[in-house]
Amino acid sequence: MVAHSPPGAFRRLLDEIGTVDAVGIEERVAKFATRSIKKASKVKGLTTAVSMVDMTSLEGKDTPGKIASLCQKAVRPSEDPAVPPVAAVCVYSAMVRCAKRHLADTAVKVASVATAFPAGQTAFKTRLAEVRSAVADGADEIDMVINRGAFLSGRYAEVQDEIAAVVAACGDAALKVILEVSELETCDSIRAASFLAMRVLREGDFIKTSTGKTSLNATLGNNQVMIEAIRDYYLDTGIAIGMKPAGGIRSAKQALHYLVAVKETLGDAWLNHGRYRFGASSLLNDLLRQLEKERTGAYQAPYYFSEAAESY
Amino acid sequence: MSTLAPEKKKPAPPRRSAPELIFGDLWEFDPAPETADPKLKARYELFIDGAFTAPRTGKYFDSINPANEQKLAEIALAGAADVDAAYRAAQRAFDSGWRTMPGRERAKYLYRIARLLQDRAREFAVAETMDGGKPIKESRDFDVPMAAAHFFYHAGWADKLDYVAPGRRVAPLGVVGQVIPWNFPLLMMAWKLAPALAMGNCVVIKPAETTSITALKLAEIFADAGLPPGVVNIVTGAGETGAAVMSHPTAVKVAFTGSTEVGKIIMRSLAGTDKKMTMELGGKAANIVFDDAPLDQAVEGIVNGIFFNQGHVCCAGSRLLVHEPVADVVVAKLKTRIRVLRVGDPLDKNTDLGAINSRAQLDRIRELVDSGVREGAELFQPPCRLPARGFYFRPTIFTGVTQSHRIAREEIFGPVLSILTFRTVDEAVEKANNTAYGLSAGVWTDKGSRILKMSTELKAGVVWANTFNKFDPASPFGGYKESGFGREGGRQGLLDYAKLI
Repeated sequence: MVAHSPPGAFRRLLDEIGTVDAVGIEERVAKFATRSIKKASKVKGLTTAVSMVDMTSLEGKDTPGKIASLCQKAVRPSEDPAVPPVAAVCVYSAMVRCAKRHLADTAVKVASVATAFPAGQTAFKTRLAEVRSAVADGADEIDMVINRGAFLSGRYAEVQDEIAAVVAACGDAALKVILEVSELETCDSIRAASFLAMRVLREGDFIKTSTGKTSLNATLGNNQVMIEAIRDYYLDTGIAIGMKPAGGIRSAKQALHYLVAVKETLGDAWLNHGRYRFGASSLLNDLLRQLEKERTGAYQAPYYFSEAAESY
Repeated sequence: MSTLAPEKKKPAPPRRSAPELIFGDLWEFDPAPETADPKLKARYELFIDGAFTAPRTGKYFDSINPANEQKLAEIALAGAADVDAAYRAAQRAFDSGWRTMPGRERAKYLYRIARLLQDRAREFAVAETMDGGKPIKESRDFDVPMAAAHFFYHAGWADKLDYVAPGRRVAPLGVVGQVIPWNFPLLMMAWKLAPALAMGNCVVIKPAETTSITALKLAEIFADAGLPPGVVNIVTGAGETGAAVMSHPTAVKVAFTGSTEVGKIIMRSLAGTDKKMTMELGGKAANIVFDDAPLDQAVEGIVNGIFFNQGHVCCAGSRLLVHEPVADVVVAKLKTRIRVLRVGDPLDKNTDLGAINSRAQLDRIRELVDSGVREGAELFQPPCRLPARGFYFRPTIFTGVTQSHRIAREEIFGPVLSILTFRTVDEAVEKANNTAYGLSAGVWTDKGSRILKMSTELKAGVVWANTFNKFDPASPFGGYKESGFGREGGRQGLLDYAKLI
């Protein structure tokens, strides 16, 4: 039943979508990091970044109490009314009901990781059942992991079919497909996996770098490989897929570099939380700290910013 | 209707409108000017025999900032008598100790110069940008650090000269005359001086008339480093001064970097003398993209190849040869990419393309671009606002260019790319070599064996594979055919300043 894709399938896919040179990618993204973002443009960038954050808590020790504090912080990250709420909170499927209760009448979405996050190593029907259960509990968004085992052993059709089945199970919920780039390793594989996913996704769905549970997470480099794939797919089909780098983005400065990459690769239409997200836990308070610094001209001590318990 | 009408594409499924990317001003960057003080003087004198000296001509000329056409400083105009004084000082320095100084001692001076330049890197970067118009991010991240790297590299050689030519001994030539261009004023000065000094020669050097300031600032560093008087002498001025430097009887060797036109004049004037020569002249490099190349990275290399330093680069990849099956894709990607290039104030840290070096050069670029349009090539320029004052030119690409267009044959030395197509490997090689120049070339392909084949068949001094415009002090640089002769950098560059015994 588990059929390998025919020999040469990967090569043919690359022939179709084109290859990526890792050295060239690093050279390109180094230029984003030299952009100097000052004054009003800095405030605008930081504010936009806040609105794109998926506040995340994915721990075995998560409790309803911790999720409650996460949700409160998500709705009102700062006392300053000019600071918008974040885009979503991202929790395990068992916590969806709890999060939904706290965010019922707010603009903040509830995202649930599903499909046996982070490894995805359970029977497919179990993974699918988790998606259905999270959606039934009220999740607005589902973050799934792809089947890396299938990808690395050359069963590309299986990877794609599973994503398609999850899309169907999502109903109205938006889907984010986690490629887990550190396990795919090469830029070519990341581009190939992006296309496998995008070809069965709907407008408004996302592709996402990583689970945050492995050694290497989002980098400007793999973000670039994926947003170039999104750009090429959009120009080809007119279907706009969103992007979510996750894990490893801790400082406001890093977040601004990612936004520069978006601005100069995908353009203005992606500079909103409908099409770009940051999966991060400690990023939010650094964004707030920098915004406060821009407002007052001085850095404030960490204890002036409420913790949402996401980092402990 | 002709039966030869182009084949129609298969009817595409109906689509509302072609998807487009929006590169607008939703998130505009604020100005981010580099604010370091360039510490400019109002007037720069000649640097002869270790001292700043007023010119015997009594004349000065203005150096202006091409970004806003404002005067930066007055530069001394050296006449024949000044050049003569410079050569006498250089010969004295050579005879009175520099030639016999142990290499390890000469190395100390070169190391000191390199370190002092690093110490004052920001100041020099700002001065270089104001004087020449190049974006601050390039002078900051490329010109100044690379100039220091050349001094460091050659300082390393100075005490190892016994090993530079296995089986032979080397000796300095004597006094060397050098003339350098305006596109990389400080870096070209380092390329010329470092090997000459490491080998034990003394130098009379003339920077370009539009970009003399950083050369004279470097003279301040020579003084601070305690470099013996007369080892380096800097005379400033235009073509006449340059001619005096090149033809002075004391010069045992002349080294020139600049246009092929001027190079030919120099060579003609020196015919029949026994002066040694090295010439680094123009180029019209082919950047060759095959259908199996990683296209987005190739596009980045194309942009880097032609828009680096506003295209004022002798090895610029000014001819793009693209494989027909991917020509449309590459051109489309390129057009998207150059829409986000930022043209404007060179001192702004976010500027990608700065100012054209001079009005004369701007006029030349315009003239050649007009010829391209007249000869039927299709022009594309992204819509970007240019500053009201100063010399600016939009990044420009021409499609539908053939081998016989002027824009495919003549060096434009500006941000203008001519795009040609090819069908086979042999055709690519033939087209790439079908030029009077031969300085550099680029090859973009996933196939390693093709890279090796191309690199042996392309008649170019440097062939870059899956990258472009990469430099290192250890890597020799120089041309074939009308791009000149002699090498700069590496062992080969050093040997061009040595007598083999």
